[in-house]
Amino acid sequence: MTTASLAKRTVQFAVIALAAASVSACASRPKPTPTPTPGPGPAPYTEPAPAPAVNQGPLPGTRQDFTINVGDRVYFDFDSYSVRADAAPVLAAQAAWLNRYPSVMVRLEGNADERGTREYNLALGARRANAVRDFLVSRGVSSSRITTVSYGKERPIDPGTSEDAYQRNRNAHTAITSGAN
Amino acid sequence: MRLRTLFVALTAALLSAGAFTSPARAQIEVDVNRGDIQPLPVAVPSFRGDRGAEIAQVITSNLERSGLFRPIDEAAFIERDLDIRFQPRFADWKTINAQGLVNGEVTVDGTGRLTVNFRLWDVFAEQQLLGMQFTSTSENWRRVAHKISDAVYERLTGEKGYFDTRVVFVAESGGRINRIKRLAIMDQDGANPSYLTDGSYIVMTPRFSSTSQEITYMALRPEGSSIYLFNLETGRRESLGSFNGMVFAPRFSHDGSKVAFSVERGGNTDVHVMDLRSRASSRLTSDPSIDTSPSFSPDGGQITFNSDRGGSPQIYVMNADGSGARRISFGTGRYMTPVWSPSGEFIAFTKQAGGQFHIGVMRPDGSGERLLTTSYLDEGPTWAPNGRVLMFTRETPGGAARLWSVDVTGRIVRPAPYPQSGSDPAWSPLLN
Repeated sequence: MTTASLAKRTVQFAVIALAAASVSACASRPKPTPTPTPGPGPAPYTEPAPAPAVNQGPLPGTRQDFTINVGDRVYFDFDSYSVRADAAPVLAAQAAWLNRYPSVMVRLEGNADERGTREYNLALGARRANAVRDFLVSRGVSSSRITTVSYGKERPIDPGTSEDAYQRNRNAHTAITSGAN
Repeated sequence: MRLRTLFVALTAALLSAGAFTSPARAQIEVDVNRGDIQPLPVAVPSFRGDRGAEIAQVITSNLERSGLFRPIDEAAFIERDLDIRFQPRFADWKTINAQGLVNGEVTVDGTGRLTVNFRLWDVFAEQQLLGMQFTSTSENWRRVAHKISDAVYERLTGEKGYFDTRVVFVAESGGRINRIKRLAIMDQDGANPSYLTDGSYIVMTPRFSSTSQEITYMALRPEGSSIYLFNLETGRRESLGSFNGMVFAPRFSHDGSKVAFSVERGGNTDVHVMDLRSRASSRLTSDPSIDTSPSFSPDGGQITFNSDRGGSPQIYVMNADGSGARRISFGTGRYMTPVWSPSGEFIAFTKQAGGQFHIGVMRPDGSGERLLTTSYLDEGPTWAPNGRVLMFTRETPGGAARLWSVDVTGRIVRPAPYPQSGSDPAWSPLLN
């Protein structure tokens, strides 16, 4: 294995660990997600990185930036599609981020826990995706940049069967489909 | 999947066999309406001839799985190698308490044509109850065995059988996070399983037409959902079109002329119906609630569906034009996936209450609710064409989904004969 690929693996591990940490922080319930911290400054793209890279977090405007620094998932109560108090700041940050990067297109994916029938949960997931859509549009994101889909209970992020797992699986995920690396 | 090659020529010739063909009243019968019956002891010795043992085994398994019959182990048999031309030695079968006896003979002619003669005997009355002959190609021997099973079941219960049928379902694999879901089909006894889609996208909720070998199902991709018609005889597959929103929960009317389904737009889900000949569709509900899981009454005049317009998911019935919607479920809990029975007598449903799920039935006016199953997660009942058995999806906590069945009395709850993970079963009509 080459050094380059080893380094790449290390970076990937770091990113995965961060993502996992942010999921469990959101997961264990209403704790408001912290507002996004500003990134380390605009576009270091062109500057050649000096020697061994230190992990400084994702580049602004990237998918990783959105996932880690903004938060790409908000959570709902059982059989509900109301945007919760802890979800509103996350969605406000998503809207701000999307307004800052206007070429980014997103797909809002509504999800439900497994405690319901397949068909009802498809409809429920669609309600959640649309609730997020309405929120983002109300904060100035053009509806032409947004599509919605419901996965119902088909795409859980937590395979468990505890109330915590169900809670994690009742969510809307904001997936970037184009316009960002 | 060319069903035409599976066609069984049913000659149904009543065997004339001398004195014992008199249509005397059967002494043995099985009352399918009683929930507390003891299964009827029956004996199905190996038929004579090619495939005779396998045919007898398929019949035995069918009868046993129905829960209404208790096949006797062939090790107990006293009379062996029965000849279809003679009466059985009733005393030998009485000794082992076989009340019904099915014996038969298989012959294959030079062209590969298979002929199976069989007789059903009432052992204690010493009477023949049935004598029939089926002919087909020899590779169709399993279907002949299913047709014999249906004939025996019907003669002894007074109800149509359901053994010469198939089940379309979703075969599942992979982990819970990223399940692969493929459309699949098998005989009702689990034989001949095959895949109809490749697993590159999610499929859900296939449903059989009750008049033809055609199914409708939903496909879900990140770009959105589609509903399809799929003709199993021709292999022809077509989308029902674009609906400017999520489309799901398709189900045929009983005459096969329409499909009812749900369309979601802007978060609001309504029931729509499409006439399959003209391809014209119309919206039947307009409430800002979730209206989904539509199912036609057998006469086509009404549609039962699932709505949360009253605050939680409950079962409603409306006229087929969308008028006159009324709630019929009033028990404690959440009621979903109503499915009208083939006779129209019942609506089967999924109920969620007290942390458990149930499959249940009620009358179309909402009376007579009975819960047939209880588990961590049971959902999505489908009726066997004779309305006596329901198949559904059961999941254990954290486990894989499996197909299960229950009879309409709730007495006989058992795994369906598919040993892998599956969900969303839909029963075919009786094959021709």
